[in-house]
Amino acid sequence: MLTIELFFEQSLNGLQQGVMLFLMAAGLTLVFGIMHLINLAHGSLYMIGAYVAASVTQASDSFTLGILAALVAAGLTGMLLEFSALRRLYNRDHLDQVLATFGMILFFNELVKILWGPQALFLSTPEFLSGTLEFIPGAPYPSYRLFIIGAGLVVALLLRHLIIHTRVGMLIRAGATHREMVGALGVNIDELYTIVFGLGAMLAGLAGALAGPMLAVEVGMGEKILILTFVVIIIGGIGSVRGALVGALLVGMVDTYGRAFLPTIMRELLDPASADTVAASMSSVAIYVLMAVVLIWKPRGLFQAYGS
Amino acid sequence: MKKNKHLLPMLMAGAMALSAGFASPALQAAEPVKIGMITTLSGGGASLGIDIRDGFMLGLKMKDGKLGGVETQVIEVDDARKVENAKQIATRMIKQDDVDIVTGIVWSNLAMAVVPSVTRAGKFYISPNAGPSALAGKKCHENYFNVAWQNDNLHEAAGQYVTDKGLKNVYLMAPNYPAGKDAIAGFKRFYKGNVAGEVYTKLGQVDYAAELANLRAAKPDAVYFFLPGGMGINFVKQYSQAGLSADTPLFGPAFSFDEGILKAVGDAAIGVYNTSQWNKDIDNAANTSFVEAFKEAYGRNPSLYASQGYDAALLIDSAITSVGGDLSDDDKFRDALRKAEFDSVRGNFKFGSNQHPIQDIYVRVVHKDGDTVTNKIVSKVFTAHQDAYATECKL
Repeated sequence: MLTIELFFEQSLNGLQQGVMLFLMAAGLTLVFGIMHLINLAHGSLYMIGAYVAASVTQASDSFTLGILAALVAAGLTGMLLEFSALRRLYNRDHLDQVLATFGMILFFNELVKILWGPQALFLSTPEFLSGTLEFIPGAPYPSYRLFIIGAGLVVALLLRHLIIHTRVGMLIRAGATHREMVGALGVNIDELYTIVFGLGAMLAGLAGALAGPMLAVEVGMGEKILILTFVVIIIGGIGSVRGALVGALLVGMVDTYGRAFLPTIMRELLDPASADTVAASMSSVAIYVLMAVVLIWKPRGLFQAYGS
Repeated sequence: MKKNKHLLPMLMAGAMALSAGFASPALQAAEPVKIGMITTLSGGGASLGIDIRDGFMLGLKMKDGKLGGVETQVIEVDDARKVENAKQIATRMIKQDDVDIVTGIVWSNLAMAVVPSVTRAGKFYISPNAGPSALAGKKCHENYFNVAWQNDNLHEAAGQYVTDKGLKNVYLMAPNYPAGKDAIAGFKRFYKGNVAGEVYTKLGQVDYAAELANLRAAKPDAVYFFLPGGMGINFVKQYSQAGLSADTPLFGPAFSFDEGILKAVGDAAIGVYNTSQWNKDIDNAANTSFVEAFKEAYGRNPSLYASQGYDAALLIDSAITSVGGDLSDDDKFRDALRKAEFDSVRGNFKFGSNQHPIQDIYVRVVHKDGDTVTNKIVSKVFTAHQDAYATECKL
């Protein structure tokens, strides 16, 4: 039965999933748009964020400290990764980048297994967010998910401010379209790239740390979200942070509505047994259908990055 | 080029003649027993494979590295939970390493791809985990033994238990893949009440917010779910965060509540009922010594996967002992395996006609023992339970 309350609750779920995807997609799309680098290891930074947050929260009993530690760890790992390895890949073709960064996924998965062991880690919901809020009558909503929505929207606003109103943001925009010119004007491009990469890594780490209390903190957790993240940046337009936000919300909504309402709709049309199977299959392809439709309509995604 | 065309078949014929000539005497008493272990040691779900491997190796260690008194070589390869890998590894083990027995596979889809080719090649396969319905029924094979369970068994026990408890409106949830369908089918075979909803989720799904909102709206008496590995961790955490645990009890098979998962879920799992053929508090000598030896060797509590790996090693040990270390006669070895003359850690154990277990199944509850969240047995649901597919198997 579809009630207004249920629809509203599912919309919140879609929004929350979208916000989570945005945190991942923002970093990935910046790196792709500015350095022209396909970074499959972005999910590994998400995993590192979750693991560090879980360890630090467990040791210190403070979720805030856990998140800060995750930001620092993911940011530093990202910058180190850029400085030591990825820097050499900017001028290579995409296939080399995919191969190298895929290798890094394997490397990080094994590293995490060596450091933390193969079993999933525990990360509890902070006490003040562990309850539910019943602002939709009859449908108490987990406070933690509301917190994620809030945190994600704040990050989106901060990023917007950073890119539009600050010097670094201006360089990022300039670097995306005219990188030789920016270099010729005396800007240290290498340094800029390292900073951008670190920023993207921090966002991925933040997403991992925020996901930790809801999800299994386990080896390989990054790959599961990575595919959706790529769908998001392709829909949004590669290199555009605004596109990443719109794309993430679209994907989050379509995926959630698909899973929430397709079974009910299918049950009206088919017998229950096949309805469940058909609905499950249809909802898992829904976002790819969305991607195909967007690409037919706008082959370069919804938003093109900075006039390129 | 033309010459080469004839060369290849000739070479192959020659190779076949050679292998036919030399292969059979290779299985003599003095030869070490070669066991191929294909299991998941890396990536998601690695903790299951590692437990099976560790349990098996502990069984081997307790027999001083000699199963049935014969020097035993275990070739251990990681399948990373990928069907293609598992197939390739199996082919290599059969053709190149010439193993006698293959074991170790965790997942049903991998087992479906590998087991038939192993048995067709005349090798034995001892399953320490996956028990897809097809291999228990129409596609059963004389060289395939399952020492864990048929996939449906734990779900059937849950269906029975929920019915016994008088719950009449249960919501069902499983991933959209063969073992997920088997799970729901197994549950329904013994559940007599009304189905409040039946949902199949994406395999590997991480967020269940949409499903949980629908679930709440359906207002069930209870929820039965089968989401193995990380999916279960995600689901139980989110179920508790959504505030559902208070009035809608959660039931599941043991797979979602092994020691590793409980550590990751924490207090959110307390009070959940789950069905299992084994628990560390089953009181028999074999189990006590297994649990102690496992803790000492690996510094953690054994899971049911570890108990299954351990039993697989003991089963092989008993059969090799029974044939006096001589594996050259397949028929004799097979008969020895069928007898299952070993002290299983779960107590009563024997094989049915389809070479799957006939065993007791219990319901456990998750509780807090000091600081650790763990399982304890509440009651026995089934005594000497056999799977539903045995009659379809022509053995």
